[in-house]
Amino acid sequence: MTGSLNVVGYGLAAIGPALAVGMIFAAYISGVARQPEARSVLQPIAFLGFALAEALALFGLVLAFVL
Amino acid sequence: MGVWLAAEDGFKPPSTADFELPPVFGDNPFTTKPILLVFLSVILVSVFFIRSSRKAAIVPSKLQYAGESVYGFVRNNLGQDIIGHEFMRFVPYLFTLFTFILTNNLFGIIPLLQFPTMSRVSFPYVLAILTFVVFHYAGIRHKGLLKYVKEIMFPPGVPKPVYVILTPIEISTYLLVRPLTLSLRLFANMFAGHLLLLVFFLGGDYLLQGAIGLKLVAPFAFTLGIVLTFFEFMVQCLQAYIFTLLTAMFIAGALADEH
Repeated sequence: MTGSLNVVGYGLAAIGPALAVGMIFAAYISGVARQPEARSVLQPIAFLGFALAEALALFGLVLAFVL
Repeated sequence: MGVWLAAEDGFKPPSTADFELPPVFGDNPFTTKPILLVFLSVILVSVFFIRSSRKAAIVPSKLQYAGESVYGFVRNNLGQDIIGHEFMRFVPYLFTLFTFILTNNLFGIIPLLQFPTMSRVSFPYVLAILTFVVFHYAGIRHKGLLKYVKEIMFPPGVPKPVYVILTPIEISTYLLVRPLTLSLRLFANMFAGHLLLLVFFLGGDYLLQGAIGLKLVAPFAFTLGIVLTFFEFMVQCLQAYIFTLLTAMFIAGALADEH
């Protein structure tokens, strides 16, 4: 077997952001379920949080290729 | 990369080399595919919105409706809701940004083009530098240079000793982290998405050339590739939205008054 350990490392590094993204949308969904009219207020916040958490996973991906 | 197929020689897993495309016309380095796609996107966006707004009527045609709903989305959801009462000045920039990025991203799944321009990192860099200039300029014009810098470096409502840690963090956030994350997020999403599609389609193609058992599993690779193409469509729209959303949020932050 050949391959790069970077990719294994990236797989491990992606766990954190994956949990974070899941928690952000879980909070968003339960928020909207409790108060459906808050959807338009919560949506940009949820996507902002999603983008910030996802950025970490993507930096890992870039580093897995660069290093 | 390529752990699973490395034993059989012949299959080259997609890598960063797949993104370095040769020039289309001769060896002029300014005619590579991404550059031509950028020009194409500018033409497409301009033609679409000029045509959709030329014969504007009270009862809109289908084309006018399509153009206006995109404009209305950016103006209301990204401009008005986020920036607040001064939003109209920034709507042209946000709208251009959104349509430009969206078109360039969608090139990634349009047949025959199939290359997301933003998977070359220099394009997102330029867009992030533009956003950087726009939101700092808006903030400086709104508050004056000294007050703006002071508010960045010393956010109010914090105990004095904390500034030792907070000020360097705030400075690096505004000068480095914001533009860098903004561009890398777009780049990495497009890069990863294109790579994902390459893995499934090139891998499926390679399976087709193998033994009969491998030929039988090739359709699964292609099916998943098609499913992921739809997934990519979602990601591409989302990333155009997020880039514009973050730009609007940065502008709103620069304009926000101290409480």
